[in-house]
Amino acid sequence: MVEQAHSGASPLPGSEALIQLRDLHRSYGRGDRAVRALDGLNLTVPSGCLYGLLGPNGAGKTTALRILCTLLAPDRGTVQVAGIDALAEPRAVRRLLGYVAQEVAIDKILTGRELLQLQGDLYHLDRSKRERRIAELEELLGMGDWIDRRCGSYSGGMRRRLDLASGLLHSPRLLVLDEPTVGLDIESRSVIWQVLRQLCSSGTTVLLSSHYLEEVDALADRLAIIDAGKVIAEGSPATLKQALGGDRVTLRVREFSDAAEAARVQTLLQACQGVRQVVVNQAQGFSLNLVVDDQNVVERLRRQLAEAELPVFALAQSRPSLDDVYLQATGRTLMDAELAVAGSRDPKAERKQNMR
Amino acid sequence: MTTASPVLPVRSAEPSALAEISQETLALTRRLFVQLQRRPSTLIAGVLQPLIWLVLFGALFAKAPEGLLPGGGSYGRFLGAGVIVFTAFSGALNAGLPVMFDREFGFLNRLLVAPLRSRSSIVLASVLYITVLSLVQSIAIIGTAALLGYGWPGLAGLGLVLLTLLLLVFAVTALSLGLAFALPGHIELIAVIFVANLPLLFASTALAPLSFMPAWLGWLAALNPLTFAIEPIRAAYGGQLSLSTIVLEAPYSQLSIANCLTVLVLLALGLFLVIRPQLDRKLS
Repeated sequence: MVEQAHSGASPLPGSEALIQLRDLHRSYGRGDRAVRALDGLNLTVPSGCLYGLLGPNGAGKTTALRILCTLLAPDRGTVQVAGIDALAEPRAVRRLLGYVAQEVAIDKILTGRELLQLQGDLYHLDRSKRERRIAELEELLGMGDWIDRRCGSYSGGMRRRLDLASGLLHSPRLLVLDEPTVGLDIESRSVIWQVLRQLCSSGTTVLLSSHYLEEVDALADRLAIIDAGKVIAEGSPATLKQALGGDRVTLRVREFSDAAEAARVQTLLQACQGVRQVVVNQAQGFSLNLVVDDQNVVERLRRQLAEAELPVFALAQSRPSLDDVYLQATGRTLMDAELAVAGSRDPKAERKQNMR
Repeated sequence: MTTASPVLPVRSAEPSALAEISQETLALTRRLFVQLQRRPSTLIAGVLQPLIWLVLFGALFAKAPEGLLPGGGSYGRFLGAGVIVFTAFSGALNAGLPVMFDREFGFLNRLLVAPLRSRSSIVLASVLYITVLSLVQSIAIIGTAALLGYGWPGLAGLGLVLLTLLLLVFAVTALSLGLAFALPGHIELIAVIFVANLPLLFASTALAPLSFMPAWLGWLAALNPLTFAIEPIRAAYGGQLSLSTIVLEAPYSQLSIANCLTVLVLLALGLFLVIRPQLDRKLS
């Protein structure tokens, strides 16, 4: 069974809860067109860990982070950071956290250094501390070559590094990152991963959202899977995967199959003994994702397919991944969930939501 | 509470509010000036446009008969006060634009996630910036007008001119900042600025005295805030600095310099009070 998050969850033994989100609700718009972004979200993040929020686009990750960072008020629910009620004392919470937003807002006319200096003054650092931190971060994030150039000339990776630097400038206890590596080049991504690991090992709590499975799997000590505004599974990547059990099989009868054929094979396989679940994965050319009890089942499957005169283009077997955890909880793969919302999102409306 | 507050926040004595507010306000103001320094086109256009007004409009009526205008003097001399006020007015009307762009591009969110001691710093920075900018532009116009032979108010007169402009700039800046937070985007803001600009100029005593206007327009001009700024400045150029000097024969009453300045003070205060709830809503 997947470990379920429930309200009132006590923090892990030996570590304190730095963030506690309880029963968060938040909708956008009114009446019939209202979109429910958060629907009773509960989250407990222990101090000192690297925590991942995994979920498809539109699951409510950004909304939850914006509420945590005091940029948005929930319709209902409570937010606590280090024991401080963020809704009652937002300024005390703002001092504790650094926020790296998804849409990097920088001033194109300022240089990176000037932007960091501005940021330092907004956090009331004194001059010498500010300059010392800028020098440290310049080194840490490899910004030396371009920090004195204007931000308008930066690549996506440079912007994200600068934004990470501005989130870290006041040495916050908690760093919150919304999709920190989306659309980044490999070098910038690995720099950011490395910095996040380093931070975490030096005691900073890091909370990041991502819709990249690999990212969360590789980085996070613990994670919560979010779907439709709720946490549907919570735990360390290893526990979550172990809890699932069974082997994962990806089967393709043809390189590119179609819906009808996939449905036929699905019916056939569901009848097999030892097959727990069969899901059609539309995003991968209508391949089939199966959960099977053990190796013997796979042999049996091959025989049955041969009897039904169905070809096998490819059959791959693996241990459970986080995608399987997601699949188990929601009945669809993360990729399919992404595809489903890809067409229904309105970037313009979302920008409006974020506009004050 | 399910758990005892695990990590008690360190609450050392807070540094003084004044120090923090001035630190954040100065940093935000500096940013606006760095932008201006690297993209000076607003400044240049803001000086160039009124200059063109001054030269072209002055030339248009260059041959107007002497003594046609109240108090005698040439049309260029009459126009000077109007153009100076118009310069400060259009500068201040644009005060909301940088704020609007910050809203649209999400830069405002960066400011709001920071532990600002007072979010009024954001507004204060804009007011400081636009005040300095408008005054610099106005002084450039005053200087050029003097070189063109359109008169010079003298030092005491200059004091009155700058005081009047300052009051007008405060009022208009408040209006523009209110609009920048109330309107949905920069297109709308620019549209409002565009629509407000010229009619307010024409329905004032900037280009022609009240006695030239039909009754209805005279009423409009006598209620127009620009008129309350133009007339004291015109009086200063005429060497009349006494606050009780009557500067406007409005249809409803005679107005002195003191009356005009009072109206401007009330207008600025009133507008800041009116936009306050809007700012509080958007910045909280």
